[in-house]
Amino acid sequence: MPTPASRVKKLKPAVPSGSAKKIIRACTIKKSPEELFAFWRDVENLPRFSRHIVSIIRKSDTESHWRVRGPANSELEWDSFIINEHPNELIAWESKPDAEVRNAGTIRFTPAPGNQGTAVTVQLDYVPPAGRIGSAVAKLTGEEPELQLEDDLMRFKALMETGEVPTTIGQPTGEGKAKRRTK
Amino acid sequence: MKAVCWHGKHDVRVENVPDPKIINPHDAILRVTSTAICGSDVHLYDGVIPSMEEGDILGHEFMGEVVETGPEVRRLKKGDRVVVPFCISCGKCYYCEHQLWALCDNTNPDAVLNAKMNGFSGGGLFGYSHLYGGYAGGQAEYVRVPFADVGPMKLPDEITDEQALFLSDIFPTGYMAAENCNIHPRQIVAVWGCGPVGQFAIRSALLLGAEKVIAIDNVPERMRMAESCGALAICSDDDVQDLLKQLTGGRGPDACIDAVGMEAHGSAYDQIKQTIKLETDRPHVLRQAILACRKGGTLSLPGVYGGFLDKIPLGAAFAKGLTIRMGQTHVHRYMTHLLRLVQEGQIDPTFVITNRMALADAEDAYEMFAERRDGCIKVVLKPQEQPVPPEANRMREEVGEPEEEMLEPAAPRSKRLRR
Repeated sequence: MPTPASRVKKLKPAVPSGSAKKIIRACTIKKSPEELFAFWRDVENLPRFSRHIVSIIRKSDTESHWRVRGPANSELEWDSFIINEHPNELIAWESKPDAEVRNAGTIRFTPAPGNQGTAVTVQLDYVPPAGRIGSAVAKLTGEEPELQLEDDLMRFKALMETGEVPTTIGQPTGEGKAKRRTK
Repeated sequence: MKAVCWHGKHDVRVENVPDPKIINPHDAILRVTSTAICGSDVHLYDGVIPSMEEGDILGHEFMGEVVETGPEVRRLKKGDRVVVPFCISCGKCYYCEHQLWALCDNTNPDAVLNAKMNGFSGGGLFGYSHLYGGYAGGQAEYVRVPFADVGPMKLPDEITDEQALFLSDIFPTGYMAAENCNIHPRQIVAVWGCGPVGQFAIRSALLLGAEKVIAIDNVPERMRMAESCGALAICSDDDVQDLLKQLTGGRGPDACIDAVGMEAHGSAYDQIKQTIKLETDRPHVLRQAILACRKGGTLSLPGVYGGFLDKIPLGAAFAKGLTIRMGQTHVHRYMTHLLRLVQEGQIDPTFVITNRMALADAEDAYEMFAERRDGCIKVVLKPQEQPVPPEANRMREEVGEPEEEMLEPAAPRSKRLRR
């Protein structure tokens, strides 16, 4: 006997609205929605451009395990699964409830006006690890998710448009007292 | 290899650093045969450009021979002799496709930092701070050139290094400054600053058909160099506004070029505010140019501005309906055309060179250029040559060798510029 609608337990949202932060970032890439969708749908591709994702391991067609750089040299891990997709238009995902950073997001591919390619818009909702303090630490150590997402999108665009990600890691420099940044 | 490294205000050092290697598939490595110190390098030397790091290799005007290419490089091959634009461009993005090469979307690894300051980031630049990617520059024996199929231009054998070198920056920069003035015949153009970019802006304005060019500076040899091609030089210590009115029948110049930029002299107000970091730039010339320009005229800014400016009379610019055009030079857009002008003998870019030195002498060269000492206007560094021992230098002085010829080498040729 089916459960009456009134008795259905409401699913807990992956990201509780009270403590969550929301980021939206967008960029326009001179490639078709089809090409961009195909690249992104194969989630193991993402570490090829991101300097914040350490690794992504595919566990099934819709499930994957993520290791990401966190504040103060930490590393954060979670399992994520795709909850919705429209080919060449949209992918939506959610972390599993036991994730270190509970998060959910969507990436949308919309044709851009003129001959400009595709507008790529990412929305990310997440619960900052260690709450507001963690958020502040992230800001201090430069691992702010807003900037990370912007940086990742810029690199995704460069890789798709030119076939390489701009970098200076490995170039010569003189003797410097200043700490060398890694890029 | 040897390279010129930045260590802070008025502190550059020639150091031994590792040789560059191919990092990305579209990279090439050049053996640098000639490189120059740019006026904008002086902004770095004076410590007014943010986000420099100790040890950064300087230099964005250079040329050389290809010694290695990455697996995806198709157009260039080992042995090619090329001159390289100072801005790095991918050739694929919206901006590159629209000939706005310096605004490339895909070549600045630190674009996010730059965008935080400017809203959006321009492309990467060689040797010009980490806001522009922190790419190692070309004042070195070797240099890595990303997107080698897009920027570097191959050179015919009959063109010498010194004729080609300035296609990397100052010649296109002066030319774009003049082109931005939208010059019509019979127009009068005023150029503030007779440094190397100013010199090329003056000559380019004449090439593009300006009736008269008025050059403004207070360094005698620079004023003389401007006059040698037919410009009229006036002294910036005089009442420039008044003189410009007198020389233009009371109308004001049709177009004004500010080839000075963020470190203009002549305003104690800006000097103090910049020193105590209340202002990033010293926009004395910009103010003067806005006020001097005729109604409906054009203001062109090739001089570098870096940040936030005080007391800019925008009301005057509005009241007079000025057009203001500016930005980093889209070098790639001009290189072929300007090389042709050189080949046709319409201009000989070597006129601007006053000093030729070995790379090992770069520390002296920077000091000399920044202080405008000994008539220094443009220094070319030769990375593959040994420094002249002090004794030989003394001997040369005794013999009284080329000194004079070096100062004004181009007088006869540049007359051709006068139509």
